[in-house]
Amino acid sequence: MPVFTIMAGNSLKIAVLSGKGGTGKTLVSVNLAAAAPQAVYIDCDVEEPNGHLFFKPQDVAVKKISVKIPVVDESKCNGCRVCVDFCKFNALAYIGGRLKVFETVCHSCGGCVLFCPEKALAEKDKVIGEIQSGVSETVSVLTGVLNTGESSGIPIIKQLLNAPVGETEIAMIDCPPGSACIVMESIKDADYCILVAEPTLFGVHNFSMVHELVKLFDKPFGAVLNKCLPGNNPAETFCRENEIQILGRIPFAAEIGAINSNARILVREQPKYRDLFAGLLLRVMEEVRRETTAHS
Amino acid sequence: MKIAMPVFNKSLESGIAESFGRTPYFLIYDMEEKTCAFFDNTAIASQGGAGIKAAQAVVDSGAAVVVVPQCGENAANVLKEAGLKMYKTISKSVQENIAAFAEGKLSPLENVHAGFHNHGGK
Repeated sequence: MPVFTIMAGNSLKIAVLSGKGGTGKTLVSVNLAAAAPQAVYIDCDVEEPNGHLFFKPQDVAVKKISVKIPVVDESKCNGCRVCVDFCKFNALAYIGGRLKVFETVCHSCGGCVLFCPEKALAEKDKVIGEIQSGVSETVSVLTGVLNTGESSGIPIIKQLLNAPVGETEIAMIDCPPGSACIVMESIKDADYCILVAEPTLFGVHNFSMVHELVKLFDKPFGAVLNKCLPGNNPAETFCRENEIQILGRIPFAAEIGAINSNARILVREQPKYRDLFAGLLLRVMEEVRRETTAHS
Repeated sequence: MKIAMPVFNKSLESGIAESFGRTPYFLIYDMEEKTCAFFDNTAIASQGGAGIKAAQAVVDSGAAVVVVPQCGENAANVLKEAGLKMYKTISKSVQENIAAFAEGKLSPLENVHAGFHNHGGK
């Protein structure tokens, strides 16, 4: 069993992202968290969180997450439309002598309330989702859930990443697919990014987008090649051409597929998978240590 | 009575635009006076909520009727709340639709879609 040491006073946050969905973000982040002595698994894929299906956390506590949206006092509104013109998301319309608020379009910036000359607008809480927290053996499991129909899960991700991580714990952040705002929010505070790649051209295209993203955010990163088959691997070719560090390889194996599709955790099933992911985690820790030394 | 249509060009020869919120222009046609006016759709460059902003402008134009190939639900909510009637186009020609409306041959728009929010590429 390898020994993991985390620098004193520094909890370590590792984000796992891929660009394309179905590449193996959850497989990698769930198993790395399960391979660590103590970990917090944070599911930031709030539109369809699925890490909890593997961990089946116990003693789940639920915290509702809400945002502020404007509410109008019609007795004070004189129809000046300052708020309507201000809103860059067009969440407000003044129709038939009344202000109409489109709650799902509102981004909760609060500008309309600040600018209303009649002080006719106030804010109210609107629940957009929740955070579920529970425990699965050595892993604390945090799951962000965005309610169907809501436009942005970013407020939930902000709260998820505010959760305290103990000094000896490793936080494993399972990012949403893609490379948009919601992914940027998820990797913002990460100490290291793991990019998961699959050997398809489509996968490589989206991988190149997250590669660009982590460079833009100046994050140290490395790649994990998933679903590896004998022969040519376009993801490996891309990594070589772009001098991307390859941290490890996961084979394309029926056994892995079977265990995973039964919502079981590879690391907890067989010693060979524990070794695979513990080795991968060790490699990531070495990379982080090297980066920290290089940057200090 | 004034009717509004999303159009590609500022001309009665123009084709009708598919998107209500992101059409380049709106035509306001006065059925009694047989005159037309056009205005730029400032919602076209909106990051979001284009349908709401475009609908607000159409309501403010004084039109009582909107003739469209389709309409998203946010825009439809604004138009309905303002009491505008929505009809479905029969072709892409502005003039054919004006003539059909005058003869009472247009049917009310029934299918309001959920909008193309972020699905048409960002």
